[in-house]
Amino acid sequence: MSTVDAVETTAWLEEAQRVATAVRRRVLEHTLKNNGGYLSQACSSAEILATLYLRIMKLGPSQGELVPRSFPGVPAANNPNSFTGADYNGPQAPDLDRFIFSPVHYALVLYSLLIEVGRLDTRALDHFNKDGSTMELIGAEHSPGHEVTAGSLSQAISQAAGIALARKLRGDTGRVWVFMSDGEFEEGQTWEALAAIAYHRIDNLGIYVDANGQQCDGHMDSVMNIEPLRARLLAFGADAHEVDGHDLQALAALAQRPRDGKALVVIGRTDPCRDMDLLRRRAPKLHYVRFSSEQERQEYEHALIKMSEVEKEPHDGNR
Amino acid sequence: METVNRPHANNMVRWAEKRDKVLVLSADLTSSCEAEDFRKAYPERFFSMGMAEQNMMSFAAGLAREGYYPYVHTFAVFICRRPFDQVAMSIAYPNLPVRMIGFLPGITTPGGATHQAIDDIALMRIIPNLTILECGDATEVESVLDVAQAVNGPVYVRMLRGEVPRLFDCGEPMQLGRARVLAEGRDIAILSSGICTEEVMRITAPVQARGLSLRHLHISTHKPFDDPTVSEALAAARLGVITIENHTIMGGLGSAVAELMAEAGLGKRLIRLGIKDQYAHGASRPYLMEKYGLNAAAVMHAIEQLTGETLGIQIQDIPTTVVPAPHATAKPEDL
Repeated sequence: MSTVDAVETTAWLEEAQRVATAVRRRVLEHTLKNNGGYLSQACSSAEILATLYLRIMKLGPSQGELVPRSFPGVPAANNPNSFTGADYNGPQAPDLDRFIFSPVHYALVLYSLLIEVGRLDTRALDHFNKDGSTMELIGAEHSPGHEVTAGSLSQAISQAAGIALARKLRGDTGRVWVFMSDGEFEEGQTWEALAAIAYHRIDNLGIYVDANGQQCDGHMDSVMNIEPLRARLLAFGADAHEVDGHDLQALAALAQRPRDGKALVVIGRTDPCRDMDLLRRRAPKLHYVRFSSEQERQEYEHALIKMSEVEKEPHDGNR
Repeated sequence: METVNRPHANNMVRWAEKRDKVLVLSADLTSSCEAEDFRKAYPERFFSMGMAEQNMMSFAAGLAREGYYPYVHTFAVFICRRPFDQVAMSIAYPNLPVRMIGFLPGITTPGGATHQAIDDIALMRIIPNLTILECGDATEVESVLDVAQAVNGPVYVRMLRGEVPRLFDCGEPMQLGRARVLAEGRDIAILSSGICTEEVMRITAPVQARGLSLRHLHISTHKPFDDPTVSEALAAARLGVITIENHTIMGGLGSAVAELMAEAGLGKRLIRLGIKDQYAHGASRPYLMEKYGLNAAAVMHAIEQLTGETLGIQIQDIPTTVVPAPHATAKPEDL
């Protein structure tokens, strides 16, 4: 590695960690503002998403507006105004990558990340969960950074596989990246998709999984078993790997693996309370945080102030 | 009556020849859905998706987003029941041009309740953005792809296979949202679809000969259902309206007609023929049509109910329907 590369490597790591930390802080801020939110998902996935956006995906500059657009109406033959939020991930071009966001209840995490990487305005979250906005609580294809309507979980992997196959047929060199949650591996469709991906050798597809071990009813072990996930994925013909989902370098390194007819699947083992120790008290119910008392709320307010101080930023996130 | 053997198999190959964005996806029912010839002719545009319809539907949506036209071929039950959520959320919500070609409508198969799509139109009708077409004869099988391809959005096609009668002239292809007027009259309006149209055609002449005027419309577009020809026929029918469909009477043609009549405030009688609120079972097509009242005799009985008079037509006086052998060229297990 040359000196220049080494410096560059260090630079992205620092920036990615800054982004991940800021995403957690921003999601906490809006969880407080809304008196509830998908907070543990930010804690678990911040590094994976930061690595995808800052190191792995080859994206062009955002084509979306810094202040998110209003809801244009649902797609229909008589609605020429509908759009997807994919333009926030840059233009579509044969050599550029695409991003498919599957667990769309993580929408606030993605919006926060888009702010931190400069694809959305720092005040964009003023529109979050507001009537008539595209910044919905659970994202859909019109929401910034979203390309497909994925709220019925595990449908995105199949859609991404169709997109990836189409890109292969066209001869595109760009790849398709999918971000998934581990709960989606309970759905049969995920395994149908993995079988089809292997059978049709769709190797321009890469999947990063936030394996935080949590789902709506509680810890995954108490709901259904998907383990051994890596062994299952390998048996299904994927190039599957397992890493610490908070290890930026390890996450990024796997994206460099040669493509040999198999889709890459990276299981990022993550901590749903990462950098938010207060959350541990709520375990095993971490899926959606709603404060149970004013005292609890204040504890999280204090945590937010602390996080903001550590970041040496004003509370409202303007830098 | 002329019948055509495997009109879809041949038409799909001919029609897709110069349309290089047309793909076929199949879930292990390729020859059963008459897609085998396409597979042989254009192997690079054929994708075997295995017995995995949920993935197939979302996968087709991904291909459609990229400018391809996936023609998904499987049995109607495996489009409308198992992957309903995928059809609704991956395909219909984004209004993507996926064409779902559903085989074995209603009681056209001896495969029993699991294979008989008696509820497909009802299920698809409640999905926004979807267009629903149904073939009634070989001419419609040969022209339905043109109709489907011209639609800006997803299309569900209720398809016929095997030996299919030709009821309509080759020069009169299916048209989106246009009913075929097969008999003119003002006493009773009869609206039929799919294989039931032939049953109505059998009796129109003998009934008209007894001085009763019937207006018979054949419906091939179930959604959108806004053809003025239909509204006019319903409004003009002096004694009432009869619908007949190879489908449950809940949610299909009969329901669509009931909705139109109620909204127009017509306040006249409607008899819905079709499968009542029950499942069918595996048996021959003539047996099932008789058992569930999908035949000419059932239509005559409904006419008698509306007029209050006996027609005096003997069933043996009516020319018989052409009942094709179930998929004459297929292996018996190719249900």
